[in-house]
Amino acid sequence: MNALHATIQNVSRRGVLRGLLGTGGLIIAAQVSPGSAFAYATGAAKMTGGTVNDPHVFIAIDPSGLVTIIAHRAEMGTGSRTTLPMAVADELEADWARVKVMQSPGNEQKYGNQNTDGSRSLRHFIQPMRQCGAAMRAMLETAAAQRWNVAAAEVEAQNHEVVHKPSERKLGYGELAAAASALAVPPVDQLKLKEVAAFRYLGKGKVGIVDLFDITTGRATYGIDAKLPGMKFAVVARPPVLGGKPVTWDEAAALKVPGVEKIVVIDGTPPPSKFQPIGGVAVIARNTWAAMKGREALVVKWDAGLHGSYDSTAYRTQLEETARKPGKMVRNDGDVDGALAGSVKQVAAEYYLPHLAHAPMEPPSATARVFGGKCEAWAPVQSPGTTRTELANKLGLKPEDVTVNVTLLGGGFGRKSKPDFVLEAALLSRAVDGAPVKVVWTREDDLHHDYLHTVSAERLEAGLDGHGKVVAWRHRSVAPTIAAIFVPDPKFEQPGEISQGLIDVPFDIANLRCEIGEAEAHTRIGWFRSVSNVPHAFAVQSFVGELAHAAGRDPKDMLLELIGPPRIFDPRKSQGAQDYTNYGDPFETYPIDTARLRRVVELVAEKAEWGKKLAAGHGQGIAVHRCFLSYVATVVEVAVDAKGKLTVPRVDTAIDCGFAANPERIYSQVEGAATMGLSLAKYGEISFKNGRVVQNNFDGFKVIRVDEAPQITHVHIVPAGLEVPSSGVGEPGLPPFAPALCNAIFAATGKRIRRLPIGDQLAM
Amino acid sequence: MVKLRVNGQAQSFDGDPQMPLLWYLRDELGLTGTKFGCGAALCGACTVHVDGTAARACTTAVGDVDGRSITTIEGLDPKGDHPVQKAWRALNVPQCGYCQAGQIMQAASLLATIKNPSDEDIAGTMSGNICRCGCYQRIVAAIKAAATGA
Repeated sequence: MNALHATIQNVSRRGVLRGLLGTGGLIIAAQVSPGSAFAYATGAAKMTGGTVNDPHVFIAIDPSGLVTIIAHRAEMGTGSRTTLPMAVADELEADWARVKVMQSPGNEQKYGNQNTDGSRSLRHFIQPMRQCGAAMRAMLETAAAQRWNVAAAEVEAQNHEVVHKPSERKLGYGELAAAASALAVPPVDQLKLKEVAAFRYLGKGKVGIVDLFDITTGRATYGIDAKLPGMKFAVVARPPVLGGKPVTWDEAAALKVPGVEKIVVIDGTPPPSKFQPIGGVAVIARNTWAAMKGREALVVKWDAGLHGSYDSTAYRTQLEETARKPGKMVRNDGDVDGALAGSVKQVAAEYYLPHLAHAPMEPPSATARVFGGKCEAWAPVQSPGTTRTELANKLGLKPEDVTVNVTLLGGGFGRKSKPDFVLEAALLSRAVDGAPVKVVWTREDDLHHDYLHTVSAERLEAGLDGHGKVVAWRHRSVAPTIAAIFVPDPKFEQPGEISQGLIDVPFDIANLRCEIGEAEAHTRIGWFRSVSNVPHAFAVQSFVGELAHAAGRDPKDMLLELIGPPRIFDPRKSQGAQDYTNYGDPFETYPIDTARLRRVVELVAEKAEWGKKLAAGHGQGIAVHRCFLSYVATVVEVAVDAKGKLTVPRVDTAIDCGFAANPERIYSQVEGAATMGLSLAKYGEISFKNGRVVQNNFDGFKVIRVDEAPQITHVHIVPAGLEVPSSGVGEPGLPPFAPALCNAIFAATGKRIRRLPIGDQLAM
Repeated sequence: MVKLRVNGQAQSFDGDPQMPLLWYLRDELGLTGTKFGCGAALCGACTVHVDGTAARACTTAVGDVDGRSITTIEGLDPKGDHPVQKAWRALNVPQCGYCQAGQIMQAASLLATIKNPSDEDIAGTMSGNICRCGCYQRIVAAIKAAATGA
């Protein structure tokens, strides 16, 4: 969920593999705001639609004074639907109690980029949203000054009204709305943006999420909740093996189920199938239950196709063997082989992380109506712009004839950036003469046909000198790439993936080499929260713990020594690492700053009372990682009892994400990341046998429940002013958790976990 | 013909009595506050009250609640001001929010049985409800707040 996403989408449209190697070849939409309009440049300009800062697009004020603000990014739990409108409202001097938030449909030409992933919403849009608010505030002030016939300098907007200071006259926003809206939007360079001290909402964390009441009363509408007159319900039997096809099925038996109306074959797209449906046999019925019963009656027999022998155990062996051989060099500093040979002590370790499913609580589900040359969809999608384009292409319609209404997302984590399930709904609506059709994926469907998180083998080797200092470091990473859903057999992790914790490892080691190995994908690989940072950070940060042990050093001290002195580290200066992507954002705005990395380590160590005396069976572990341009360090305290039962009494996490626009949602994201991190470390695994996913539901794909969740999670935000650009929050909390946990387990038990999930590895 | 009460209103259903209550509520009555998460009583997203006690609507056949009284999240409190709902809002519990109706219905059922639940009571009762976003600490805190009126 980084620049790779946009790059691949644009590039694959042109069918050019070469474009995967960099971010330079993007198609830039017409409405990109000039970089000079902002205090700092972001990568938003390279995204489809760029940014839009026109208040007429985002703000409407009615005569009663009600301010309506458009939320153009999807809400999947990170709080963007609250925080971005809050940025508008703050600069507008609007009273939040008189603000209504309205979700925009997919239209990137009008609203700017809407692809809600890569931890980009706040990062790319806090500046244009503040400008929207400030521009409208200036227009309201001008309208008031004109009404009173006074100098503009004598009036000031304050909490939903404009005040004439000398006379203490006031006009409410509702009274000024019509006149203000008729004025020209002031040029960006004339806008007066607030200082931090003037903010009412930004940086405060006092505003609850806009959907709070609706969520707690069952009124909130998710994708699965769409209700339309004449709506039909569908489930689809999909090929259990990637690229498989239905051979026989019992249509008559399915049609005998009361409520079943029609059986429709959906043609699959052979891999690489991008965001296209994988095909199958759909059952359309009068209710969801009838559709499910009808699907059972189909008893489809499948031709497995090319991937019918995919087996996770054998694949793991293959990845590990590849990682033991020299690979393709993607970064090289100094002479690793020479330094290893000359070192006093050598350490090597191999780590393995399996596929993971996103398993959002709301499985994929969408409703579509394709009628009269138009398509309208209601869908929980992270990228309504992509969804609109894909629907238009699939149906042979113009994009302007396709409307994508964005509902709330019942979790996304990257799954819902792929609109295959919306295309299914549209195809089925077309097959029943334009009646609206809701497609529901069961949990089994979700786990069997996800775009899974990659599976990887990571091998690290290091050499220590006589003082226990690391003088050589080699990291080999072998994992199937997300690019495999876009192009045939891309073989290697792509720049966007190796830029996530592999080639950007900011350690102060003279001889450092990174290599990648070939791996073929046998299932759809997709963005999962934090993407390749999960395996890379797990390996690197676990290995730091191993090196500390080998050198007889304190793990935190070892970590700080490896990070080295405060400096700007630029991977592009290393041999072979010129393709470093920095999450698609300019390095000048978001450099890799080891001072910030050190600071989160020091802060979390202090807050967690690193090194304090712990009870027997308890241990602390530490890890740090920079991703999505934010810096996060985590200390996990574990307790492992005599039977090997693992509990997590306390987690401390320090985050430096630049200016913290909505601290309350930063806390919640980081708290949640600890729980998701524990889920993936303890239980997370999707495995394959005979090409099929083994796990069926939450009994096989276990996730953490309340009785096992971290008991206390303290989140410590590094304070920063507006001069430190806001960076990602949705994803960065996750990667350091698992290595901190496993380092803590080692401290508590002496047992080193190198293979996730932990499963029963601690059982005595 | 199955006859039942849903949020105080009399309803009757002459369809498949094996249809899970979940799909009856969602597809037939349009009460979409009750969520689908697993279909196998593994996640608790579909939790409703049957005669005041929490039950998983996804594995409860509509025929099995003939003559019973069902309460969904929409009917928990006429104004949405059940102490659990208020506590949830005070502590900003939800992230994506999808599982929260089930969590709230389970918590309300717990507090109806045990006025001041211990940590063990909460963990034991609430561990049937999955939150993939990981709001658990706030859920525990909100249940305690609702119990004490804090």
